[in-house]
Amino acid sequence: MTKYTLLIYGDPAEWEAMTGEQRAAHDAGHAEFRAAAGDRIIGGQELEPAPTATTLRGTTTSDGPFLETKEALGGFYLLEAADLDEVLALAKLLPEVRAGHSGVEIRPVVDHG
Amino acid sequence: MTSVADALAQAHRRDWAQVLATTAQVTRDLDLAEECTQDAYAQAMETWRRDGVPSRPGAWLTRVARNRALDLLRREAAWRRRLPLLVASDPSPGDDRLRLVFTCCHPALSREHQVALTARLVCGLSTAEVARAFLVSEPTMAARLTRAKKKIATARIPYRVPPPEALAERLEPVLEVVHLLFTTGHTAPTGPALTRADLTASAIELARTLHLLMPRSAPVTALLALLLVIDARAAARVGADGRLLLLSDQDRTLWNHDRITEGVSLLTESLRRHPPSRFAVEAAIAAVHAEAPSWEQTDWSEIIGLYAVLLRLTGNSPVVTLNRAVAIGFRDGPAAGLAALQPLTGEPALATYPYLAAARADFLRRLGRVAEAVTAYEEALALTANETERAFLTARLQGLEE
Repeated sequence: MTKYTLLIYGDPAEWEAMTGEQRAAHDAGHAEFRAAAGDRIIGGQELEPAPTATTLRGTTTSDGPFLETKEALGGFYLLEAADLDEVLALAKLLPEVRAGHSGVEIRPVVDHG
Repeated sequence: MTSVADALAQAHRRDWAQVLATTAQVTRDLDLAEECTQDAYAQAMETWRRDGVPSRPGAWLTRVARNRALDLLRREAAWRRRLPLLVASDPSPGDDRLRLVFTCCHPALSREHQVALTARLVCGLSTAEVARAFLVSEPTMAARLTRAKKKIATARIPYRVPPPEALAERLEPVLEVVHLLFTTGHTAPTGPALTRADLTASAIELARTLHLLMPRSAPVTALLALLLVIDARAAARVGADGRLLLLSDQDRTLWNHDRITEGVSLLTESLRRHPPSRFAVEAAIAAVHAEAPSWEQTDWSEIIGLYAVLLRLTGNSPVVTLNRAVAIGFRDGPAAGLAALQPLTGEPALATYPYLAAARADFLRRLGRVAEAVTAYEEALALTANETERAFLTARLQGLEE
């Protein structure tokens, strides 16, 4: 088994602007993903918006996310799966894959074992 | 009697992928499988010279490569800790070679990685040969192959044929890569020869394998049809003196008419039940040329109509627009052709594409607009790196300047 992170990127303004109905559909998408992934999910969190981030670079502490891009990291899942195809099939359930402004990056986690 | 070298070359082209794919089932590691496959071919040269060519060279090579892999694995005490690269697949329908092709063309790999891996692992070209065919230096190609194999290993791209519901989506990059291998060989991007027959032969072998394994897939059938009909003209494309011969000047008796017949019948089969894929329309265009008794009797209206269909399927591809303009020029005269090229001026996708300048040059020459034609030929020459094509353009340019 390999561990993967699913990093969810998108435009925070678009996420903010979701109506109650859109939010409900969005949450239902995540519920469907979690149900399908089952105990392959090891962890995951939604993150507070990018302006709440604090960045450390050398000795400098600064306000904001590490990368100043329009599309920010909004949350992540940590998943354990047999191979990439298994992860791809699950990740397709995430609503962020279909919204125009967002997407999901899948990265294997380094195995130090 | 074929020599050992010929038998080996044939076994290389025909069996490399099968030997590698079967060995990979044992090693679960593409790098190691590649090493063992290479060893088997090296050993074949020696053993076959001494004992003669075995009756089934592919089976011989597979046995030797597998045994070599098992030896190495046994010797390697820590092999169980080796990152298992190739996720063992359920016994799925299909063939080891097919598994290898789908692994190399996984959509999680970039197109350039897909092409490099397929050429190296499935077609069995050396890193130097792949580098030469795709115009990069050997170290660059070696690094590209290493990165791609590393991604397969660390991201765990599985070694299997995708399930039926994912097949259509996953087949597309495979067909694109096979097509790209063929076109790269059909007009080599650089070098003295017009073609790289090893690449076109490998691409046809691959398309044949796909068709054997997926006989009911319409786009697979169409791709094989396309490659066969285009390749049927190979012997006529260059004159005895090495000069490039345009379709209009080719000796049609040199065309391989068996291949044309086979290709056309495959095309008919592919069109019988399915809406035409891009490859089917391209094959249909090639078939109209192949079945015309002479250049003068080419059905240009049919070809222009097919290009219109292809434009829709490719989202108005500039290259298709260019080809359609050339066909219009042949049916309605050079002025009409030149007008049809007009929308392509300044098209960024064609900025380094020599055939736009070459087509303009030809229309201008036929219209007697000599000065403009000279400029256009010079532009085409500046963009062409294939020596045979350069010689052709230079001859046309000299003809104008006399």
